[in-house]
Amino acid sequence: MFEVIFLQFLNGLDKGSAYALIALGLTLVFGTLGVVNFAHGALFMLGAFCAVAFRYFLTLETVTVDPTKLSPWGQPVEVREPLVQAWFGDFGAWLVNYSVPVSLLVCIPVMLFVGIAMERGIIKHFYKRPHAEQILVTFGLAIVLGELVKAFFGPNPHPQPMPDTLRGAADIGSWLGMRAGVITYPWWRLVYFLFATAVIGAVFAFLQFTTFGMVVRAGMADRETVGILGINIDRRFTIMFGIAAIVAGMAGVMYTPLLPPNYTLGMDFLVISFVVVVVGGMGSLPGAIAAGFLLGILQSFASMTQVKAIIPGIDQIIIYLVAVVILLVRPRGLMGRRGVMEA
Amino acid sequence: MTSFMSRKDFILFAGFTIVVLLLPILAAPFGAAYPDLLQRFMIYGIFAVGFNILFGLTGYLSFGHAAFFGVGSYAAMWSFKLLSINALPALIFAVIIAGLFALAIGYVSLRRSGIYFSILTLAFAQMSYNLAYSVLTPITNGETGLRMTLQDPRALDRLFFEASPGAPVPSIFGMSLSGWNGFYFTALFMIATFFLAMRINNSPFGMMLKGIKSNQNRMNYTGFNTRPYTLTAFVISGMLAGLAGALLVVTDPLAGAERMRWTASGEVVLMTILGGVGTLVGPVIGAMMIKYFENIFSSFNANVLNNFYSFLPDGVREVMVTISSKFVGEGWHLSLGLIFVLIVMFLPGGVMEGVRRIAASFNRRANGNKAEARVATAPAE
Amino acid sequence: MHPQNNVVLHVADVHKRFGGLHALADIDLQVEEGKTHAIIGPNGAGKSTLLNVIIGRLPPTSGAVIFDGTILTGKKPHEINQLGVARVFQTPEIFSDLSVLQNVMTPAFARRDGAFKINMFRQVDNEHEIREEAEAMLEDVGLISRREVHAGALSRGDKRRLELAMCLIQKPRLLLLDEPTAGMSRHDTNTTIELLKKIKARGMTKIIIEHDMHVVFSLADKISVLAGGRIIAEGLPEEVRGDPRVQEAYLGGAH
Repeated sequence: MFEVIFLQFLNGLDKGSAYALIALGLTLVFGTLGVVNFAHGALFMLGAFCAVAFRYFLTLETVTVDPTKLSPWGQPVEVREPLVQAWFGDFGAWLVNYSVPVSLLVCIPVMLFVGIAMERGIIKHFYKRPHAEQILVTFGLAIVLGELVKAFFGPNPHPQPMPDTLRGAADIGSWLGMRAGVITYPWWRLVYFLFATAVIGAVFAFLQFTTFGMVVRAGMADRETVGILGINIDRRFTIMFGIAAIVAGMAGVMYTPLLPPNYTLGMDFLVISFVVVVVGGMGSLPGAIAAGFLLGILQSFASMTQVKAIIPGIDQIIIYLVAVVILLVRPRGLMGRRGVMEA
Repeated sequence: MTSFMSRKDFILFAGFTIVVLLLPILAAPFGAAYPDLLQRFMIYGIFAVGFNILFGLTGYLSFGHAAFFGVGSYAAMWSFKLLSINALPALIFAVIIAGLFALAIGYVSLRRSGIYFSILTLAFAQMSYNLAYSVLTPITNGETGLRMTLQDPRALDRLFFEASPGAPVPSIFGMSLSGWNGFYFTALFMIATFFLAMRINNSPFGMMLKGIKSNQNRMNYTGFNTRPYTLTAFVISGMLAGLAGALLVVTDPLAGAERMRWTASGEVVLMTILGGVGTLVGPVIGAMMIKYFENIFSSFNANVLNNFYSFLPDGVREVMVTISSKFVGEGWHLSLGLIFVLIVMFLPGGVMEGVRRIAASFNRRANGNKAEARVATAPAE
Repeated sequence: MHPQNNVVLHVADVHKRFGGLHALADIDLQVEEGKTHAIIGPNGAGKSTLLNVIIGRLPPTSGAVIFDGTILTGKKPHEINQLGVARVFQTPEIFSDLSVLQNVMTPAFARRDGAFKINMFRQVDNEHEIREEAEAMLEDVGLISRREVHAGALSRGDKRRLELAMCLIQKPRLLLLDEPTAGMSRHDTNTTIELLKKIKARGMTKIIIEHDMHVVFSLADKISVLAGGRIIAEGLPEEVRGDPRVQEAYLGGAH
């Protein structure tokens, strides 16, 4: 029994990591700018498509017909070779193989740009407007971003291969001294979890140990006071929005091998991430992270056949069910402050 | 008449009725005068008017109204399958079921307000959607959707006559509801819904709802128990959503879970905003515009675009066609999203606000300072 | 202080703690029918907390508030209002999106129809009685010329008068006023005092929290002085004015 539970726990970690990363960004934006950003899931999706686009350019091929070789049907063989490989040789091949992690480098400037453009272009006009209008405009933005991606990449999912060396599964059971093969966990999921932990750690360290982070934290606690101190909080908040976008984007990039992205990816994750934020407590960063992992793991347990046999369909609704209960019993969430955003 | 309806209201209602009934003529210049499209105007008009009672009057932004629409569709379809192909029992059944569903969801969701309410309704709608696709497949027929078959029991019909050959089609007391009949059938409900919305809007009850939107705290300290007010508004709007969903099944006999997705919930929000939140006719205008443009834009293809840009030199034309094609046809939702963003940014009061602004600027020119005072007064609607 | 028969509101031995802070201690107040009872005290003395406890916004840590034989503690704001207690807030709470007239009609509906009634088939236009009553009330507070204006567009002083009208139209048995003249010009203050005197003549019981001594001494029949969460003095205006403890705590302390 322990193995089963442990396995489900592990299975929940990667989804939980994604939820936590998106919820982290949502909370940063909400805490700093006071804006409820329904387009945040779209940023996750854009990140994922950074990886898709990057790989697309990497795998542009030259097609040459080699007349010296014949196929079994007597036709000349078409030789396809990725351009990068032709130009850079082994390095090119390595690049193609590691396209997903390498596209993080592409994703960071792209997402920073998208984030800042979004904040300066649209969201900043909504600071003083009702929350309903913030929701609506970012909701519209989410549709636009999703549809733009659909216009360029089509409606179908784009599977992204993980690097060869990280295929297969880690035999975690044997590390813990159990029989081999009892608990295996795909390497990439493990990578995703570690990656998420690193990003979360980096964001917290940034907020904790830099002057910039201190100002932002002070601003999250009490925006007006910080404004009175004469600190230009707005510019820092813009940058925070960019950072939140980067976090969401990177989370999206790394998630592509686990779930082939398509244009609805953003909204699918957004709805759940909102639930995560609410469960964790609006405006609480540790709450968002804890709730992200908690719900991911809970969802994983709910998908066990034994559980589904007792309550059919529970895997489909568990997250929403938890949210409903939390909102009713403890409206400020697990770790939230009282009265945030009520009314 | 004065005790029943004020002169101004009567003119508004009569005007609305005439415009709706004359739509087959009025829509002709726009190329929209065919029943299939016009009845969609009516159906989504009902949906939006109902949604507006909650969002526009009471100020609660629900992101899960498509759930009631979907429930109405399924309920109507089951009435067709089990009881009769007569549309009336189907509509009644659908409205009741949607109302009960709204009562349950509203009872829970309305314990919170603001963003939390929005998220609660969204969560409930997503739950319904997910369940419709998974464990509830016996009721919803999952992805394929629910439709009528010849094998359906249709208990009431069988009592009176033998099963007629051919696929069953919804009707009303033997009269088929396809074609123009379908339009006039839905138009009647649209007019009735509009009447209801008007009565609510002008009633003390409606004033209480506006009070709740404006300042719920003051309402409480004024001696109102606001929760039953909001719940009543929620249930009414849920029932109207159910009615709309049922009418859609009457005119197009297929009930699918797709209609319960959050995108569908977002669409009705957009219709209401586009037309004008809190106004009477705004939501209807918004619904018509969206459905009209959806129809026009999705029918565009490369050929149409090539013709459209035929006056341009070749190279430029190709560029324009490529760019435009992203916004039409399959890409219609992109235009929709853009409209949404622009409206919320620049005209949060929607089309009706635009009309009011234009009218005010005309008035000002005509009456000088007198108009200034009018702008500051409360809008009657 | 002997208990009297005509006590409308009895704040009985109320304590309120926020964490370690003792915001209210040993509060025992009796407000007599038809009288204007002022509660004064320096900033942070607990005046607003006391008002919030009375109106049911904050539950007391111990003790009870009894209004006309009914315990208010634990009741919801709308229930307390329906018993006949109305409140004017420090920052006016009005319906900014409704017209001035509608603002005053709404509470009249609450009085007539109770806490909840689905009257969606009547029309506001046909509610002549309520409309006339509301117009008379606006006449009283001097807002009749602005009845069709959006309430949100009123000046601060007018908003306060509107809120007062909204409370008065309910003909409450007890009216709670939280600094009704704060932020008003001298002229507006005097108009408000006259208005409050007028309703006093109608025999409405009032509790008034006020900073402005001019207002307090023009209106109050009885004054309780609150300092550090306790009542340090109570009595007729003249008695309180001469009390050295009051001068020390209030006039000397905060000002």
